[in-house]
Amino acid sequence: MSAEPIIEAEGLTRHYGQRVAVDHIGFSISRGEVFGFLGPNGAGKSTTVRMLTGYIPPTSGTARVAGCDIVAEPVSARQHIGVVPEEASAYADLSVWQNIMLMGELHSVPRRRRTERGAELTELFALADRHNQKGRDLSKGLRQRLMLCMALVSDPEILFLDEPTTGLDVASSHVIRDIVTRMNRERDMTVFVTTHNIEEAGDLCHRVGIIDQGRLVAIDTPQALRGSIDARRSVEVRFADRMVVISDLIDTNAEIVRLADGFRIYTAQPGRLAQEVATRATNRGIEIASLNTLTPSLEEVFLHITARAGAPAPGRVRADVG
Amino acid sequence: MSADALHRLRRQAHAAYVIAKKDAIIYYLKPPVISFGIVFPLFFYLAFAAGRSVPTGTMVPGIVAMALFFTASAIGPLVTPWERQARTFERLVTSPASLEAILCGDVLAGMAFGALLSLVPLLLGICLAAHVANAGCLSLGITLGALAFSAMGVLMAAPPTNAPSQIMMLSSLVRLPLIFISGVFVPHADMPAWGQWLSPLSPLSYSADLIRVGFGGAAYFPVPLDIAALIGFAALFLATARFIHRVTRDKAR
Repeated sequence: MSAEPIIEAEGLTRHYGQRVAVDHIGFSISRGEVFGFLGPNGAGKSTTVRMLTGYIPPTSGTARVAGCDIVAEPVSARQHIGVVPEEASAYADLSVWQNIMLMGELHSVPRRRRTERGAELTELFALADRHNQKGRDLSKGLRQRLMLCMALVSDPEILFLDEPTTGLDVASSHVIRDIVTRMNRERDMTVFVTTHNIEEAGDLCHRVGIIDQGRLVAIDTPQALRGSIDARRSVEVRFADRMVVISDLIDTNAEIVRLADGFRIYTAQPGRLAQEVATRATNRGIEIASLNTLTPSLEEVFLHITARAGAPAPGRVRADVG
Repeated sequence: MSADALHRLRRQAHAAYVIAKKDAIIYYLKPPVISFGIVFPLFFYLAFAAGRSVPTGTMVPGIVAMALFFTASAIGPLVTPWERQARTFERLVTSPASLEAILCGDVLAGMAFGALLSLVPLLLGICLAAHVANAGCLSLGITLGALAFSAMGVLMAAPPTNAPSQIMMLSSLVRLPLIFISGVFVPHADMPAWGQWLSPLSPLSYSADLIRVGFGGAAYFPVPLDIAALIGFAALFLATARFIHRVTRDKAR
């Protein structure tokens, strides 16, 4: 990854009538970076992608994609990008091969190069034995792979993926994530990905931006975002005896969540709290099975930032102290 | 023109050709479309001309003009709504093809389809003793007519809808009246005054006029006017389609 910016947005805004879908967002993405764009439904993720890929113009503000202004030179900007829109949109009446070649031709990829690249991609995405199969006959997972082949046949500098794994089975999601990571590593391809899958973003992305109600509310590496909310740092403790009353061991008003076989205690100072729990447990002869300090998950960061931190995370029950 | 501008123009011309090829494969080269393109105008014309002892010199240019009009403007109105519905339009718009190239590609496909299918009644007509007196006018009538009619179809597809049935209604509503004021069924001289006044508003009038001259008939409009009008209509339809797409793109979600 180089420091050279390849996508730069400044004051990017989009109105739909009176409603502001994207509100003066600005960011810079470096060449070779995998950038994740997270946000709740209707936050403005897809609208941002649609502006950056030239499908809709911004109401105000601008962005440069591969050095081209998306308002003044949209066609030049699109020459450098590959797009996988939110809903699969391969031509149902064209075969797998025809769909890929069509995109290659639209990007003016020379015949020999697009044939070679098409063969490589269909091999990579396990579509090689389906060259003649029509788009309409493919499953959702295979169609999404075809969409990626169509986006990649021109060897774009930037790949835009709008919810690429939504609704896919685990195997297809895995294939797509793997190949995107490989393209980024081997070809220094910049990837801009919107997703609902927060853990996927954490695994895949060098940096993550969080958009809420049209505003960019956070942008940083997943690690830095996790570290940015001290209140969501925690201590996870499990005792050999499941009947232990946790409130006997701590002097705090911290939020305590009962896990299946232990407790999680949220605190800004997890080290001190862990020491306190360990000391008191030892003094009272309580055996500790495991004791860990944890930084927040990206999901917790997301919920916290989008003002939903109060909602209990799935699989956990808020416990009464004691 | 700078070398860079010329390079960009060539790329867009190529993109238009690629889109036309895609349209041909997906929408035009289907047996039902081809047979409908030939059979419908033929029967439509015969239904009107049967029993009226229309001379071959009038009937053949009429059928050729009708076939051209119906085939060149038949699919164009549906391509964009279909593509919006299938979400493939978004893929095209985010490709390096400009809006102008996409529209020109759609026009090119309709034009080629119309011109090629009109050869069927043309050759049948020649076999049935119709005499080609002016091949230049005949070719221009077919080529420029196909261009104008196809551009009209692309204009009908411009309003933002992903429901092809809505455009079908609009298409029939526009195309059928144009036939009756174009001198295809009723010679201009026999039309009522209001018909003669409305006739210049239909691009079919000019194309049918050139085709008629091609078969040795009398011109109703001066030939240069026929040519200029067809080019003008095509330009007007395309410019309006582009304008509608630009406006609706600004409001798109």
